[in-house]
Amino acid sequence: MSLVAKLMDGDRLAFARLLTQIENEELVGLDCLSDLYPHTGRAHIVGVTGAPGTGKSTLVNRLVLHMRSVEGGKEAERETIAVVAVDPSSPFSGGAILGDRIRMRDLAGDPGVFIRSMASRGALGGLARATAGVVQALDAVGFDIILIETVGAGQAEVDIARTAHTTVVVSAPGMGDEVQAIKAGILEIADILVVNKADIHGADNTLRVLRTTLQMARPTREGRGYLIRDEVEADGVMWDPPVLATVATQGEGIPELSREIARHRSHLRDSSEWRVREGERIRSEMELLLRDHLTARFMTRQPDGRFEEALERVLTRKLSPRQAITALLEGEDEWHAKSEGKK
Amino acid sequence: MTGKKLRVLIAKPGLDGHDRGAKIVARALRDAGMEVIYTGLRQTPEMIAEAALQEDVDAVGLSILSGAHMALLPRVLELLHQQGQQDVQVMVGGIIPDEDIPRLKEMGVAAIFGPGTSTQTIVQAFIEAVGAGPSRG
Ligand SMILES: Nc1nc2c(ncn2[C@@H]2O[C@H](COP(=O)(O)OP(=O)(O)OP(=O)(O)O)[C@@H](O)[C@H]2O)c(=O)[nH]1
Ligand SMILES: [Mg+2]
Repeated sequence: MSLVAKLMDGDRLAFARLLTQIENEELVGLDCLSDLYPHTGRAHIVGVTGAPGTGKSTLVNRLVLHMRSVEGGKEAERETIAVVAVDPSSPFSGGAILGDRIRMRDLAGDPGVFIRSMASRGALGGLARATAGVVQALDAVGFDIILIETVGAGQAEVDIARTAHTTVVVSAPGMGDEVQAIKAGILEIADILVVNKADIHGADNTLRVLRTTLQMARPTREGRGYLIRDEVEADGVMWDPPVLATVATQGEGIPELSREIARHRSHLRDSSEWRVREGERIRSEMELLLRDHLTARFMTRQPDGRFEEALERVLTRKLSPRQAITALLEGEDEWHAKSEGKK
Repeated sequence: MTGKKLRVLIAKPGLDGHDRGAKIVARALRDAGMEVIYTGLRQTPEMIAEAALQEDVDAVGLSILSGAHMALLPRVLELLHQQGQQDVQVMVGGIIPDEDIPRLKEMGVAAIFGPGTSTQTIVQAFIEAVGAGPSRG
């Protein structure tokens, strides 16, 4: 049986190993991913992001439990769920402690749930690329819902949010992260806002701040830059990001959150936005790949030391970075003369 | 662009309730550049084998203080084998009586660390066990 056939047949070990190959960007894995690609495009991809310790994993645990326990549902009708939990790598050792499973122990033993932990590995753009690959593989083998947990509010999270159809931003009272969230522009990527730890003093305040900020932001809110307002408004269904309070440890607010996630999926499907987002998502993935490939190809074609030589000239301010790259691209030796002449 | 990282699962099976040792080992392994999936307390053999599979780890480190090692370890090894994960190295730390050690090794436990083993020794043993394990085609 071919690997793809094995995967579609539910060989979980082969699948888990494929995810490792994708994460490591090994050629065998990437080739297999290409073979799987025609089977992607069905899953609902949901990003869950927010500052450290806001309760994302606890929330995901409860949410998945809820989604898997829809009353009266037969096993075959229940949606299968994959969780991708991303934690930062240590900048010092390159290692990582991936601890999100601690809070997801209730999900153990459910064959309809698959959890995979990933380290950010610090590479610029690399995480988004690896996550996108892992998510595609999960999608291809048939998971109905894929939840991606990421920490923080930096560029990496925004990039990951772009791989999601629905982005849930989690905050908690008393962490000052309502301000942080606004600063980092994370509100702009939020389709659903959650104030978790609503049992803690100060939750009302956090809820109020978020609601007010959203209201103030909305008239000028161009969304993600790829939300084509006119088109969406023409459909008569502008999405208003709801703000929900939850107590993940007790399961409070979880059914509401689950409902809002499903409602957002319907919203995307009913409006033209699903297509718009898919198009934008795939475009940015292709552009990223193109950039990587062109860079790699360019580098291998350079004679040894040529780039370093150019770098040196930029360091000594004989050339600007732009001039250096232009010269390298043109493959001219003229730049030698030029920069020599300036002395 | 490609990069392999050693992936390790650290779990604390059994019912005794403190995981300080497991956490120290997890940190030491991280500081040695490994990706450590930490699953916490009260893990059943089923949970451990399943997590090892989903996470595709190279090694599993178990901290057992409860004295239940002769009940827990054979089951973990059996499940790993059943799932085709016989190349995953199983390492054990905790209070294991000397007389049980030969049997555990025979069953396939790659290394056993008694109380007071330095983290350096443990990290080294993980690196060696994974390097020495059957390679994956
Ligand atoms: N009081 C209260 N505590 C909560 C709630 N939800 C989570 N916690 C606690 O908050 C702590 C962090 O929870 P996690 O779920 O690990 O948070 P996280 O956002 O996933 O953390 P990182 O992945 O480390 O960023 C734990 O001690 C949880 O028990 C809640 O609703 N109320
Ligand atoms: Mg977490």
